Parts: sequence; structure tokens; C-alpha cells
Amino acid sequence: MLDFHKNHVLLVGTATLGFLLLSFMVAIFPAYQIQPTQPLPTMEAFTAQELRGLHLYVKENCMACHTQQVRNIEMDETWGKRPSIPSDYYYSKQRLDLWRQSPSVLGSERTGPDLTNVGQRQSGMEWHLLHLYNPRIVVSKSIMPSYPWLFELKDASSINEKDHLVSVPEAFLKNTSQKVVASQKALDLVAYLQTLKQAEMPGKAPEFIPSSKKPSADSSAGDASELKGANLYMNTCSACHQANGEGLAGAFPPLAGSPIVNDENPETLIRIILQGYDARPEYGVMSGFGQVLSNEEIAAIATHERSSWGNSAEKVTPEVVKEIRNFVQSQDQ
Amino acid sequence: MKKYKFYLVSILLSTFIPGMVLGQPTPNPNPDNWMTSPGIIGTILLMVIVLVIAILILTIRASGYFEHLRNKSERKKKNEFNEQLLELKNDDIDSILQQRKKAVDYRLSDTELGTDLEADDHRGIVAGVTHDPNNPLVDEKKKSSITYDTPPALKKIVIWYLGAAVFWLVLGTLVGQYLGMKFIWPEMDSVAWLSFGRLRPVHTNMVFWGWASLSMIGLGHFVITRTSNNKLYSYKTAWWAWGLMNCSVLSGTLFLMAGVNNGGGEYREYIWPVALLFALGLVLTFYNFYQTVAHRKIKEIYVSNWYLLGSLSWTIILVIIGYLPMYQDGLGETVIQGYYMHQGVGMWFMTFTLGLIYYYLPSSLNKPIYSYSLGVLAFWTQMLFYTLIGTHHFVFSPLPWWLQTVAIVFSAGMLIPVVAGTTNFLMTMRGSWNEISKSYVLPFFLVGVVYYFVGSAQGSLQAFRFTNFIWHFTDFNVAHSHMTMYGIITFIIWACAYAIMPKITGHEPKQIFVGMHFWLAFIGLFTYMVSLMAGGSVKGLSWIEGEPFIQSVILMQPYWLWRAIGGTLMFISHLLFAYNFYYMTKKKIPKY
Repeated sequence: MLDFHKNHVLLVGTATLGFLLLSFMVAIFPAYQIQPTQPLPTMEAFTAQELRGLHLYVKENCMACHTQQVRNIEMDETWGKRPSIPSDYYYSKQRLDLWRQSPSVLGSERTGPDLTNVGQRQSGMEWHLLHLYNPRIVVSKSIMPSYPWLFELKDASSINEKDHLVSVPEAFLKNTSQKVVASQKALDLVAYLQTLKQAEMPGKAPEFIPSSKKPSADSSAGDASELKGANLYMNTCSACHQANGEGLAGAFPPLAGSPIVNDENPETLIRIILQGYDARPEYGVMSGFGQVLSNEEIAAIATHERSSWGNSAEKVTPEVVKEIRNFVQSQDQ
Repeated sequence: MKKYKFYLVSILLSTFIPGMVLGQPTPNPNPDNWMTSPGIIGTILLMVIVLVIAILILTIRASGYFEHLRNKSERKKKNEFNEQLLELKNDDIDSILQQRKKAVDYRLSDTELGTDLEADDHRGIVAGVTHDPNNPLVDEKKKSSITYDTPPALKKIVIWYLGAAVFWLVLGTLVGQYLGMKFIWPEMDSVAWLSFGRLRPVHTNMVFWGWASLSMIGLGHFVITRTSNNKLYSYKTAWWAWGLMNCSVLSGTLFLMAGVNNGGGEYREYIWPVALLFALGLVLTFYNFYQTVAHRKIKEIYVSNWYLLGSLSWTIILVIIGYLPMYQDGLGETVIQGYYMHQGVGMWFMTFTLGLIYYYLPSSLNKPIYSYSLGVLAFWTQMLFYTLIGTHHFVFSPLPWWLQTVAIVFSAGMLIPVVAGTTNFLMTMRGSWNEISKSYVLPFFLVGVVYYFVGSAQGSLQAFRFTNFIWHFTDFNVAHSHMTMYGIITFIIWACAYAIMPKITGHEPKQIFVGMHFWLAFIGLFTYMVSLMAGGSVKGLSWIEGEPFIQSVILMQPYWLWRAIGGTLMFISHLLFAYNFYYMTKKKIPKY
């Protein structure tokens, strides 16, 4: 009966059928099962421009280095407020066209940061354009490739009103008489990146599996919150204001020596962090972080900023932040 | 007897391991004492102990059994001899004794060895006369003494498949080396076609479908005809498949560099028309191999052909499932991606290569494979376990939790085919270790087989939820994929190529270059692997600590440098291999 070693039809037939059966169980069936999801009511479909940006994201294979999945473990809380769920991918994971399938945006490697929430974390268009032109303009230690083919170099005389100028520092230009103009492609890609925000869950969001690491903050609360402030600053603020607090001339203002940061009354500083800032035309727009950061986190960041790079101002407590947040909210209403 | 013992060990393993997997704690590990926790190191040690004991038991049992068999046949011979003596007639005994007396009385004349003639080797028995036997760098080793009587048409196929594969190896690893350097100098170029995102799949797909696949299939043609004791069913089909698969790699490479990819899912970055060319090549090869086996001139199907036919059939199904669009929107695509990327490696490269080992290892040692039944056990468990574990690439992702658990449990179950295969190969090599000092074929095999065990077992451990905390998304994955695709697949292919090429072309490569190839590849891979494993672990710990992301980029710099150094050694070894290959084929193939 079981003479596999003599009957090639039986051997190949059994192996083929066995593999097909197992493939059905472990691939086709679960794929069919998970495919029909609905988007969250808070999610929006892509505009034509954003969709072009997604196509460009796939074309340059950004997935090789960037993931878009917040795993349900606490260490991934850096990348989003909640673990990713299937509905998050409703719009971004559909077949691209006849030739190309649904893009593998989840990725498998974090050579660069996760991008699930990059639109929230890093919403400024100027920052993204500079970063795409040459990542080392804004993050000096970055190893991301630069994408100069998404930009045009034009002589100052041939610039017209429609051109979106990018204020690249001279050190990063070969010919300083030329201006860098963002092409439509670059603007599309940035438009797509700006859409990358974790949608609010209408009900209760799934929770992270908590860390078993015991909080070591109890013994030396002061040091720990200072460390936390430094880390939060590096994660949230340093991309624009830089690790040394010097900012980037022509794009992002310095915090070192800034009168707002050093002001005895931290109200303006905290309101800028909460609400964003767009009052100075020579710098890029800053978006508010009120939705992203808690009162404790804002207090830690503000304290860090007020005590670093030669700055010396009083600590900020979470209670102060809470007061200002309540005031801002009451004003909005 | 030994079979029962093995099954016993298998059952023990399969009941023991899932318990360990499911018992994994799910909360984040405490990074302060991860080395001493019962976590990573403890698990690894346990596994190693279990496996070492299993192998020990098996070895001792098997050798005892063989001792018993040998004693039995010797006793039988003695009895037969005694009976023969009793039946001898007197005349016969007299003549035997007289012969013996003559022999004892014989004296040498002391002139037997002397001669006035010039020394001459008119039969061509003496080969490779050297006046400098002490090579300063590598050992001179034995040359292949047997040449096979192979049909010229088949020879040409094997050589051209391998030739194309060597071309893709050199080009593909040149691309890989360039990519490795970009981690250190990200500004090396700013050309769209050479940017990191586009070139990465060029490297992986070229070494997968160009190098490994073409060389495996080329070597497979020889196995399938030889073990079927017949000629190849159709030479023409083999050439069509060669053309289709090379077209696929060439056009796929150009498309990827131009920015046309299938959506970035690893190893299926070629758009479907390109993948279709490759799939057609596979279908033709399968048909050709199947028909050759169907027309075999012996009753039994040698175990190599199980693996060869199985892997071809499975891979054809795999490509079809991987590219059909009906269930691939949303996370359906991700389910298929995990399945596809893992089976691409497991059902295609690993299964086919195992088939090659089952032929080339025993044939180059000139002895049978240790156990046919172990090979069969490994075949079916390979199919059962390997197929189910794809989702271990997406642990903690939004994919269904049950699917992740199945993948993790069966990843541990993978140890059964791996142990069965490793035992079989090592036991086949047992008793022939002196071949290591005689030829470079066995060292290549040995490294491949050891990596088969180490790389696969390490992969199983990496699938656990616990280890995923530290290693997932880090460069550790890259180390693992090189340990397996390079340490196992590529080393075995080299072993097979060096085993077969001299026998069919009659030309031995220069020993010094084979030796240098071996050592550069081995040391290069080791450097590459260890640096990325260490770097990946440090990176993962930095993430768990919640340090700023850029910190993990900065701390990887020295590890990336060492990776590039290892990669350079590997690339140089490929140039040497290419030269050796050229040397083995450069002269006209003699016609029979």
C-alpha cells in the first residue's frame, strides 16, 4: 500500500496534496478570514495626491527599512498609543494596480524608525522635505539614503511662484547659487507621510502586554525624570530643534538661549508645545503635541529644555502643565 | 532497533518542546539580567543538551548494532570455512602442503628491483608531479580519481546552469557588498537606480533565484538521471527552463532598479509577469524531472528524488498562492507574506539542497547513505512542520494570535527533521573523517551540515515570543538569513560543485584556490554573522530600554563595519570560486 519508494505517482501526489492541504489551513484560509475588515470611522480615505505618495513609498521600497506596525508589547509604545489592528490597514493595503499587489507596509526590519504614527510625531512639511533631500541635514547621525531625484536644482533667476523652495543649508549644496525646489513627487510623498497617524479607536483600544521590568524611578525620582525628559526630547523634539538645541538656521529655531524657553514663567513654552506655533515666517510650522504627550511628559521635556545647553530656568511640574492645558481647552470651547 | 530508538527520541522531543514554547512568559523581559534569566541562554542550553544527548544515544546505539551485525557475519564465515576443511580429499591436501613448502623455501635473488632502464610512466598513472610539495598557504589534497561517463548533452546542461549561477553569485554579492557599505557611507551615491531601497531586493532576489536556484537545478539534473539509471527525459526542456529563469532574474533586476516592484513583500518583489517566467521554468523542470523518474530503469525511487520532486512541486504551488490576488488585500497579504517568505526558503532551497546532499555526500565518500528511513522521516516532517511556521515572522503583529502560536510551536517541531537530517549526514561521514585531510569536498559538506543544524535550531529559538522581544526587527534577522542561505545552502552547493565538476570535465581546480575559497568564505561568514548577532542583540536591548531610536543607529556603527569586512572576504571568495569554476571548464569537453 504505502510503497512511496516504488510508486512515483503516489509519492508526488501525496506530497503535493499534503502541501496543498496544509497551505490551505495555514495561509489561504486565514488570509480569507482576515481580509474583510472595515476601516475605523475615524479613518479617512486617501486623496489622489496621498495615494500617489503611497505609490512612491512603494516604488522607493521604503518598507525595506521602515515598519508600519505597533506590536502589542510595551516596548512598542514609542511608536503609537495602541497596538495596530487589522482595520488600520484598510486603505493602505489594497492592490496597487494590475501589475502590483497590496504593498507590504508592515515591513520586517527597523533599520529606520516605525512610521505608523510619523504624521503625528513629525507633521511639518518643511522637515520632511529637508529630510528627504538629505536626512543628515536634520538628523546628523542618520544613515538613510538621500533622495535628490525628488527635487530640482534651479538657478535663483528661474524660480517662479509655484515652486516650493526648500531651505537647504549651504553646506549641503554643491553649487550655492542654486535653489532646491521640491518636485510634485516629493510633495506627494510628504502628503502620504503626513497621513500616517494612528486613528482613534471609538471603543476601548487593545492594550499593550505590560513590561515586567520594575520601574526603577522610585529610588531616585529626580534623576529618572530628568533622564525621561532627555529621552523624550530626543524622540520627539530633536529631529527639528536638534540634539544640541541649536535648531537649524532657516528652518527650525534654536532652544539654547531662547528667551521663551528661559522665561521665568513657562506658560508660553508650554502653550507652544501643546498648541504648536506658526508666528515666525522665517521658520517652519510647528504642530501641537497636546494629543501626543501627557502632562508628565510635557513637564519632563520642558524641564529638560530649561536646564540644558546653557539654559537655566526653574523646573516645570505636571500640575502647571495641567493648569495651562485646562485653560487652553476652556478657551477653545 | 535503531529506528524505534529514534522514534522514541522524536516523540520525547515533540512532547517536550511545545510545553517549553507555550510556557514562554509573554511580558517584556527585564533587560537588566536577560543573560542570566531562564530566557534566551537557558533555553538554548536546554535545547543543546537535549540534542547532544539524542545524537549521543543514537550514535552509540547504532554503532553497537553494527558491531553485532559484523560479529554475526564473521561467525558464519568461520563455520563455513571449518566445514570446507573437513570435506577436503587427501590428494588436495597433499598439493596444498607441497605448494606451501615451495613458498617457504623460496629465496630472493637480490636483483629483482634493480634495472638498467629509464624510469617511465607510459600508462600515465603518476599525476601532478611537484618539486615543491610544501605549499605555504593551504594543503595539497587528493585529486578526484574517478571520472564519470556522462552524456555530453547532460554535461553541457550542468555546466551552463552552474555557469549562469556563478555569474549571478558574483554580481548579486557585489550588490550585497555595496549595500553593506551604504550602512557606513550612506552618501556613496545619489543615483535613483542604486538607492538602498531599490537595490536590497535586487541582491536578495538575485542570489535566491539566480545563484542558488540555478545551481541547485543544474546539480539536480545530474542527480535525477544518475539515480534513475537513465538519461534525462528531455534535454530541450532543460534548456528552455534555463532560458526562462535567467530571463526572469535579468528582467526582474532591471524592473526593481527602475522602481517597479510588486509591493515590497520580501522575495516576491518581482512583479507577476517576471515571476511567471521563473514559475514556468520550474514547471518545465518539474515535468522533466518527473518524467525522468517515471522512466527510471530501477525499481526504487532514490531518496534524493523525493526531495527534488517534492520541492519543485511545492514551490510551484507556493508561487501560485503567493501571487494570486483574491485573498491579498489588507492583512490577508501579510498572512500570505509570512507563509511565502518562509516556504520560499524552507520548501524550495532547503528541501532541494537536502536532496542534493543525499546524493552528493555519499557518492563523494563512495559509500551508501547511513539511513534511508531517517531520510524518509525527515522528508515528511519537513513538509508537515515547515509549511506551518511562516507566521513566526509576524509575532506580536496584528495577525491572529492562534496563527502566531501555531507557527511558534511548529518552529520548535522543526528540530525533528533537522536532527534527523543532521544525524543522517554526520553518521554517513562517520568513519570517513580522514577524507577531510584528503579533499576539500568534505570540509564544504561538513560546514554546510553543521550550519544546517545550528542555523535551523537557532531559527526555531528565534521564533519564540521571548526572543522576539530582543531580536525582532533588528539586524539579527539578517545574520540568521545569511547563516542559513549562505552557511547551509551555498556551502552545500559549493561542496556538490567541487564534487561533481572534476568528475565530468576531468579538470581539477588548483588546490590553493579551492582552499582559499573555503577559508575566506568561512571566516567571512563567521565575521558577518557574529557581528550582526551581537549588534542586533545590543540594538534590541536599547529599544527595550526605551532609548531614543537614533541611539540604536549610532551603536550599530562598529558592527556594520565588521559586517562589511566579513562581506568583503565572502565576496573575494566568490571571485576565487568563479575562477575555479572557469578553470574546471576552460578546456574543451572531451567527447566520448
